[in-house]
Amino acid sequence: MSLLLNEEQQFLKDTAKEFLQKNAPISHFRDLRDSKDENGYSKEIWKKMAELGWAGILVSEKYGGSEFGMMGLGGILEETGRTLVPSPLFSTALIGVSFLELAGTENQKNEYLPKMASGDLTTAFALEEGPRHSPVNVSTQAKRKGKDYIINGHKTFVLDGHSADVLIVAARTSGETHDEGGITLFLIDKNTNGLNIERTHMVDSRNSSEIYFKDVVVNEGSILGAPDTGYPVIEEVLERAQIGLSSEMLGSALEAFERTLEYLKERKQFGSVIGSFQALQHRAAIMFTELELTKSAVVGALNAVDENSNDRARFASLAKFKAGETLHLVSNEAVQMHGGIGVTDEFDIGFFLKRSRVAEQIFGSSDYHIDRYATLSEY
Amino acid sequence: MSDLQTFREETRDWLETNCPPEMRKPGDICWGGRNPSFSHPDQEIWLEKMGDKGWTCPTWPKEYGGGGLSYEENKILQEEMSAIGARSALGSFGIWMLGPALLEFASHEQKLEHIPNIVKGKIWWCQGYSEPGSGSDLASLSTKAVLEGDEYVVNGQKIWTSNANYADMIFCLVRTGPQDPKHEGISFLLIDMDQPGVEVKPIKLISGKSPFCETFFTNAKAPKENLIGTLNEGWTIAKRLLQHERSMISGMGLGSGNSGQKSKTSALAQLGKKYAGSNKENKLSDSILRTKIAKHDLNSRAFGLTLQRMGEEMKSGGPSATASISKYYGTEQNKSRYELMLEAMGTNALGWEGEPFSAEELAITRDWLRTKGNSIEGGTSEVQLNVISKRVLNLPDK
Repeated sequence: MSLLLNEEQQFLKDTAKEFLQKNAPISHFRDLRDSKDENGYSKEIWKKMAELGWAGILVSEKYGGSEFGMMGLGGILEETGRTLVPSPLFSTALIGVSFLELAGTENQKNEYLPKMASGDLTTAFALEEGPRHSPVNVSTQAKRKGKDYIINGHKTFVLDGHSADVLIVAARTSGETHDEGGITLFLIDKNTNGLNIERTHMVDSRNSSEIYFKDVVVNEGSILGAPDTGYPVIEEVLERAQIGLSSEMLGSALEAFERTLEYLKERKQFGSVIGSFQALQHRAAIMFTELELTKSAVVGALNAVDENSNDRARFASLAKFKAGETLHLVSNEAVQMHGGIGVTDEFDIGFFLKRSRVAEQIFGSSDYHIDRYATLSEY
Repeated sequence: MSDLQTFREETRDWLETNCPPEMRKPGDICWGGRNPSFSHPDQEIWLEKMGDKGWTCPTWPKEYGGGGLSYEENKILQEEMSAIGARSALGSFGIWMLGPALLEFASHEQKLEHIPNIVKGKIWWCQGYSEPGSGSDLASLSTKAVLEGDEYVVNGQKIWTSNANYADMIFCLVRTGPQDPKHEGISFLLIDMDQPGVEVKPIKLISGKSPFCETFFTNAKAPKENLIGTLNEGWTIAKRLLQHERSMISGMGLGSGNSGQKSKTSALAQLGKKYAGSNKENKLSDSILRTKIAKHDLNSRAFGLTLQRMGEEMKSGGPSATASISKYYGTEQNKSRYELMLEAMGTNALGWEGEPFSAEELAITRDWLRTKGNSIEGGTSEVQLNVISKRVLNLPDK
């Protein structure tokens, strides 16, 4: 396996950087936040992203995608992490598309994937039911009634839940909460009766929601994959999501670090630039080292998905662990090294700290992945 | 079939025919020299076969006895060797440090004289860098070399000379321009250890072992042809060679990585289970130790991938400032791995000698003490962080 981007992947990443710096810099995110934008992202920017082909990177060619794979998408996600731009890229282009590609029937693929690849349909994945990530903590019930299922329960922290057209919902059709078996995936239109979707305002000003299900009736045709066997699909999609999110987090960490490094070279105290002080130099050097390790973990993991490595599960935990640890470290140090202005709202550096903590929690914190890695390594 | 595929098959066949059975088991690595010692007759056979093929230094030019392999071919060779568990045929500072510097800075005649001997393990080289007053501030060194007729006369003292008591030759930093600023006026000189002007005294370490020596030069002689590169510009070679040294030392940080191992469980985690026990779910019973080990393993894995990535990036270039990152991180990882081994083993890792400790346990204790030198030798961790700050991040001095 190679840990370098090929020409095509590098081109995608460079294009993404150029596009985002020009069309969606951090000021774009700040505007969305300050204007309390209803969607929490710009549909106009999303349309342009789709035109660049980003929405269809993981979609098969026959459904209108490009099949550029995770190495292709990873580079783009990294660049979105730099400007903190909110968009359906993660929830739809990565998670939603992966669910359909991995578990969808021919009909479902035909119905959804072309619209997802063109950016015309967005999805959200409703999994979590508690404040700490747990893919088996599913007690939302889907009870069979003839050819229908009746769903009752409550999902929390659903990314893009308030803006998505279609929800992908993990519900229990048999077994007990915390069982891997008995979980079924449903594709549910946002306008279905009995759905109550409430937007959540998180510290990172990104998009998530609480979703309440009260006697929501769906047809058995809306099952994604087969009944009771959703868990392995969830696991595989989660691994891709953890890896893709790690790319985004790497981008945020790199940006926060580079901004801090520039500041160290400008800010003068005691008659010298503060970057000449060894106490700060060593901390900067340690951050740089951790960033290099994170780059390797992330690219190794992206590659593991594309090459269908039998070690993909551990790679996913490696990437999310390392990205979480490093972004945590860098976002704290970035604020500290900026001194007083680092804790002002006017200055952008605080955005990275806020985004860091939310991203760390999404689909498992570093601690979660340390435990998972040990279990997967049989100790 | 692609050329690389053909190369892989030929390599596999050659190794199958030529790698003796004893060399397919773990064990010590031969260091060669004028009077080499072999722990098994197969070791001598293996060294000869690999040396003739140039595969002790696979990527060095054929012209000087190297294997002439490309980056990809060398990768295949390493993979095929590890597939049959083949040991390295030769280890030496000549391979890891001096050779690459000679290839870059020496004249054609000097290369012809020294490189084939490194490839075949005919000379055991040691390194004369540090002095009692010049540790981290290496460039302040004061061992003097004065040209008298056709030879340099050397006076002074080196310290931390690895295995000087076994070495045949030493590559040395000497001051040839005493009036120049400290980074200038240094030259890179090769000196034969087998002469009356060179005296060696081993240093006993906290581990009880003596891998390093003090080396004293009293009117020691070296022919003027042994000066590498330009007079008074040895510091450039010194820095380059330090990068090679740092790359070499950093490999230690991989100790508990998993790539290529049959078991999913790292050696460190296996040790943890052996001493701390496992629960019904086959998890390490001490959950805090389990977390620490997993975190360590994850970082080792990320580090291993980083070395691989840097290798791919530098395919054509040779080591860069990234050597400082790997030296810093690799040695810190190695130290932390031994600390975790001690934590896992409890008092069984704290014996000095004799019963009831096993040989393996006693070795771990001594090796733990040895690792404390890893982040000091070849430039301390703090020096590496300085290098990263200044050379990579361009942070200013003032």
